[in-house]
Amino acid sequence: MSDLLAARSQMAVSLAFHIVFAMVGIAMPVLMVVAERRWHVTGQDVYLELARRWAKGTAILFAVGAVSGTVLSFELGLLWPEFMRFAGPIIGMPFSLEGFAFFTEAIFLGVYLYGWERISRRAHLAAGVLVAVSGVLSGIFVVIANAWMNTPTGFELVAGRAVNVDPLAAMANPAALPQAVHMTLAAYAATGLGVAGIHAFLLLKDPSNAFHRRALVIALLVGGPAAVLQPVSGDFAARHVARHQPTKLAAAEALFETRASAPLVLGGWPDVAARRTRGAIEIPYGLSLLAFHDPRAEVKGLDAVPRDEWPNVPIVHVAFQLMVALGTYMALVALWAGWLGWRGKDLAHHRWLMRALAVATPMGFIATEAGWVVTEVGRQPWVIYGVLKTADAVTPMPGLIVPFLTFTLLYCFLGVIVGWLLYRQIIRSPQVTE
Amino acid sequence: MSLAELVAGIIVVALNAYALLGGADFGGGVWALLARGPRRERQRQLIAEAIGPVWEANHVWLILAIVLLFTCFPAAFARLGTLLHIPLSLVLIGIVLRGSAFTFWRYGGGVHGDETQRYWGVVFAIASLITPLLLGTTVGAIASGALGERGGGQGGGFYQIYVAPWLTPFALSVGVFALIAFAFLAAVYLTLEAQEPELQEDFRSRALGAGVALFFAALAALLLSHRWAPRVREALIFAPWAVPLHLLTAATALTALAALWRRRWRVARVAAATQVSLILWGWALAQYPYVLPPDLPVEAAAAPAVTLRLVVAALALGALVLFPSLYYLLRIFKSHQPSEVP
Repeated sequence: MSDLLAARSQMAVSLAFHIVFAMVGIAMPVLMVVAERRWHVTGQDVYLELARRWAKGTAILFAVGAVSGTVLSFELGLLWPEFMRFAGPIIGMPFSLEGFAFFTEAIFLGVYLYGWERISRRAHLAAGVLVAVSGVLSGIFVVIANAWMNTPTGFELVAGRAVNVDPLAAMANPAALPQAVHMTLAAYAATGLGVAGIHAFLLLKDPSNAFHRRALVIALLVGGPAAVLQPVSGDFAARHVARHQPTKLAAAEALFETRASAPLVLGGWPDVAARRTRGAIEIPYGLSLLAFHDPRAEVKGLDAVPRDEWPNVPIVHVAFQLMVALGTYMALVALWAGWLGWRGKDLAHHRWLMRALAVATPMGFIATEAGWVVTEVGRQPWVIYGVLKTADAVTPMPGLIVPFLTFTLLYCFLGVIVGWLLYRQIIRSPQVTE
Repeated sequence: MSLAELVAGIIVVALNAYALLGGADFGGGVWALLARGPRRERQRQLIAEAIGPVWEANHVWLILAIVLLFTCFPAAFARLGTLLHIPLSLVLIGIVLRGSAFTFWRYGGGVHGDETQRYWGVVFAIASLITPLLLGTTVGAIASGALGERGGGQGGGFYQIYVAPWLTPFALSVGVFALIAFAFLAAVYLTLEAQEPELQEDFRSRALGAGVALFFAALAALLLSHRWAPRVREALIFAPWAVPLHLLTAATALTALAALWRRRWRVARVAAATQVSLILWGWALAQYPYVLPPDLPVEAAAAPAVTLRLVVAALALGALVLFPSLYYLLRIFKSHQPSEVP
């Protein structure tokens, strides 16, 4: 394994691990705040129990998210010193703002978790709301920095150096809005449907358990709308990628040749040597229609850039298909649940809906990981699109396979422990009948 | 004062806050590891209650310092990440294990005293020991001027570039110093946190012991600096601010010990925090005007002025949110009420 590949793998593992916890840290506070608010309004203790249990889960997941986020901020320098030397002054701004958002989040999470008996009910709920708001903000700031790597703005390149730096213009880069919207919705959809899925699974055995029934409704209210809106924001993001990062879209769609009236390629395996995709279903005009809302539009293929500037096409294509398929399933299940709920059905006793939701439990997280593979692998060989190659950004330190394996083992170990702790929390769920 | 110097000063302020707040959380872990005697479970309980609500907020000071460093002094950040890759990676492993083990220990199951949860208490305590040691070592490596353009040594081998700069007696002595300083702060703070007189006495004797040990650790670092960090040593002795600073530090150190002796916990807390802050600022002043001695001065390492201006503006706005929030947090949890893990 080359040092460059080891560094990329370590970064990928660190991000993939952190993202799960970051997403839960964004969305879980909304769930617990809604439950606490329901407790205030209805006076039913089952909502208080729910809020406390969700807060406990949030405490574990937020702590792991906070420390794994620290790892990432250091790894920017440990693995990519030349990237940071170039990019630090341009995109440090959103990271600084994220620092304050994270401060607020950590402070009020401490207040929320440990303050049940120390502050008024109203102040306690307000602390939870602040955790939820600052959680979204810190996520958005980090995504803005990533968006800049895809569509770098706010500087001029003169002889390999950045001059006329404008950090605000860098923050307002074209990809910032579509990526921030897509990622925020992903956090709510994945976490909401993930929690709904767990409770749906438990309701299959015990459909009249009031604890799980209330949990299901709150989780669906948070995750459902986000899951339905996600395909819309995906369309927005994809049209944006078609204009600003045509190579990424070409890899995602395995479009080897630039052409008008491009078809949408579903599934299949791209054969890069032969420059064609085997075993795929093609929908005529589909890609032109989706990317430019015009069936005759020309879509740039991989042939628009030299061969050595292609990303790994099979990985990007498969990851993109996976993300779209899972997102579509989640949106459909959310619509179904919404339709049944609107008609006043008892969701918990609808066994097929509960099965469909239980199956969806991990889907949002898998889809998000796949989406990050599309955006990160799809940008290669660039770390800053069109400006700096990943190979030129990596640290000169040799032997990077050692830290890669060390952090991978550490994260596998932590992942197993967190999974086991949450499982213990869940199997101890209370028996509350209506 | 230039803008770059202002930002460099703010980074030292963030590190100072991290040392006083986050450092004490590490120190608490050290005392959890060293809990002895008939009250050891109550000692651990007290430590966990003191750290629980605040450690994550305290930890953000380090992130703030890192973010400011890479935004405003990218050249220094790039060089630190390259030459100190190994100790910083170990620091990260320590940070990850400390934070997650603490949470698993406190939130792992419903019932306290669960066997597996005890192991997490041990992992938390060991990580609390190793992380400050290595953090201090990196500070020692920076102060010793070993992070020049070409790394530590004359040759170009792996050891010379990536190990030699930080694996020196001086850097390690700074690591030991940091560990003892954090343990000292934690013990002093815990005398205030404790409700029962016996626990206060436990931490009083620990604080006194750590305070004396801190003096010897400082002496060792000073002696070792003669050979390994001559530049910093020179400034710490001959600079015009050196003598007043040392006198002030000595006065606060003696005040802290005397206050502990006379059981004036609040006075001891203020004096101990001032003492550690003065030492940190002594280091910062001693290596001024360099971010990374011997060849990377503040001005040369700084980002473009527009970035610095925006960051200072963001810091000013952020402070408006941060300080009232921090005050609120500390007022709720650090004002003498029994706390309870939910």
